[in-house]
Amino acid sequence: MAVAIRQLTYAQAINEALRQEMRRDPRVILLGEDVAGGATVSGFEQEDAWGGVLGVTKGLVQEFGRNRVLDTPITEAGFIGAAVGAAATGLRPVVELMFVDFFGVCWDQIFDQGAKLRYMFGGKASCPLVIRTMIGAGMGAAGQHSGCHYSVFTHMPGIKTVVPSTPADAKGLLAAAIRDDDLVVVFENKMLYNVSGEVPEGEYVIPLGKADIKREGTDVTIVAISRMVQQALAAADALQEAGISAEVVDPRTLSPLDEETILNSVAKTHRLVVVDEDNPRCSAATDIAALAADKAFSELDAPIKLVTAPHTPVPFSPPLEQFYIPGPERIVATVQEIM
Amino acid sequence: MTTGQTTGGTQVLDKARLLRMYEQMQTIREFEERAGKEFAAGKVPGFVHLYAGEEAVAVGVCANLTDDDFITSHHRGHGHCIAKGVDIREMVAELLGREAGACRGKGGSMHIADVHKGMLGANGIVGGGFPLATGAGLTAKTNGRGQVAVCFFGDGAANQGTFHESLNLAGIWQLPVIYVAENNGYAESTPVTYHMSCRDIAERAAGYHMPGVTVDGLDVLAVYEAASEAIARARRGEGPSLIECKTYRYHGHFEGDTITYRTKEEVDSYRARDPIQRLRNFILERGFATEQELDAIDRQVQDEIEDAWRFAEAAPYPAPEEALTDVYVSYR
Repeated sequence: MAVAIRQLTYAQAINEALRQEMRRDPRVILLGEDVAGGATVSGFEQEDAWGGVLGVTKGLVQEFGRNRVLDTPITEAGFIGAAVGAAATGLRPVVELMFVDFFGVCWDQIFDQGAKLRYMFGGKASCPLVIRTMIGAGMGAAGQHSGCHYSVFTHMPGIKTVVPSTPADAKGLLAAAIRDDDLVVVFENKMLYNVSGEVPEGEYVIPLGKADIKREGTDVTIVAISRMVQQALAAADALQEAGISAEVVDPRTLSPLDEETILNSVAKTHRLVVVDEDNPRCSAATDIAALAADKAFSELDAPIKLVTAPHTPVPFSPPLEQFYIPGPERIVATVQEIM
Repeated sequence: MTTGQTTGGTQVLDKARLLRMYEQMQTIREFEERAGKEFAAGKVPGFVHLYAGEEAVAVGVCANLTDDDFITSHHRGHGHCIAKGVDIREMVAELLGREAGACRGKGGSMHIADVHKGMLGANGIVGGGFPLATGAGLTAKTNGRGQVAVCFFGDGAANQGTFHESLNLAGIWQLPVIYVAENNGYAESTPVTYHMSCRDIAERAAGYHMPGVTVDGLDVLAVYEAASEAIARARRGEGPSLIECKTYRYHGHFEGDTITYRTKEEVDSYRARDPIQRLRNFILERGFATEQELDAIDRQVQDEIEDAWRFAEAAPYPAPEEALTDVYVSYR
């Protein structure tokens, strides 16, 4: 039972969820490139050299050892597929796909094996696997290390997709993902790792498929995904100055999507803007827009607007990268277009 | 780390074991021939890829396994299913898309599985099984009770990236996985002499910190012996192995294949060395059983195949709405 509240960073919250779940269930193992680091190096038998490339999994090998925290070679098809096989045969692996942009090298293992195994085998097998992966631009990591692409995973039947925006949500959603018996991909925005927030102590889960209203309002619904929640909240503050009351809805899970919360909000405000850092074609934003256009058509007083990245890879140069990422100014301008 | 040739089977096998192998090989042969006929008659939707001619590999390997061990298979998977003990009535029902099928009609020929018998599925993606078997090997090592995982794959799959990544993982972690290559000389229509940069798949084992051997895949006892050794080693915690079985498929890559890329002379030369006939000769020559006993097994197998088809053809289809089920364990 969660009691005390204290401040943790998003990265610390994820680390805490992993530690609690690994204590709770001996079948939970971690795999990934440098999740500990320094494998077989003298002095690192029970010590991590890195604890993850950005330190998110630091300290876990000390407690759980190198039989439960497994550094892998740089072979995503091999080790993500092995994680699928291990999940199908009784373990509950949490495997890291270091940057989501790498999914090209292991997409078969995720979508044609892991996602479809239960269905193709008539419900007689399951794949209780969690894939943790980093998303997001803003660090200058450029074209192959900065994308979001949760839309591609959300598109696939058999995958569940989770997009936490706060430390508290990250801990609860990751715990839920690990306890879930399906293939869940948790998209961790790398720009949020050092963001602090209140995180309850102790074990708790946030159910998958439940959105959260991060800010209540009456004039416009802004559905914002991952770090765009923070951008939308900043925009909402600015809009408040202009006398516009924005409601910010954080889906938290994209598949399955909490349609009810989104539609209820649109029914209340009659305007919808979706803010999504992913590229705009066939995206989570277009998916949510289609939902509202279908099921809330009579509630809408204005066209649905999408504030997204452009249809480009992520550029390197800082002013170009800032142009790419949807920011509060663009969100404010878009809302004002439909008022 | 050796690459070697093993010949013949001089191990001690009792009558019961030999007759069981014979029966399983005949079951596979009869199953495949019947499936081919029914497919040609338009009774089986989709694609089938027949294993006839390769029986010695599935049977020779799986004779060393229990329900607690894992195997992965590929598109030509009926033989592995039968050798691993999947119910043949459920198999035929699955080919016909019936609710009583091994996968409740949701998978078809290319995805037949029985996870409770450790059969982790036929697979429509060439090379798809390597990582899965390697992961099953990780589970086996974690469980610590001597389980093994066997990965069946073809010469075509031996070039896939997943082959290299998976063997590397099994090599560094010393996982109890036996990678069994069924080298039948062709990846679809393309000969192995063209598509593979080495002569024998077994040569690649040395690069992945595991032993590799090449055996006569038409000799079930040679396969059995090589598999027995590799599996025992894995059970003892001594790591993975690669066994290459040189074999041959009598039919095309898929049913409907015009098979213009092989000569009749080549096919006939393999038919003259039929693996089931070879085992039959061995059993008779060594006095393990009589012609009558073997003929009785042949008739029993034919009856079982006939029974399986009658069962399956009478079995109902799933309701169409069943298309919506079992995507997830829980929908929320």
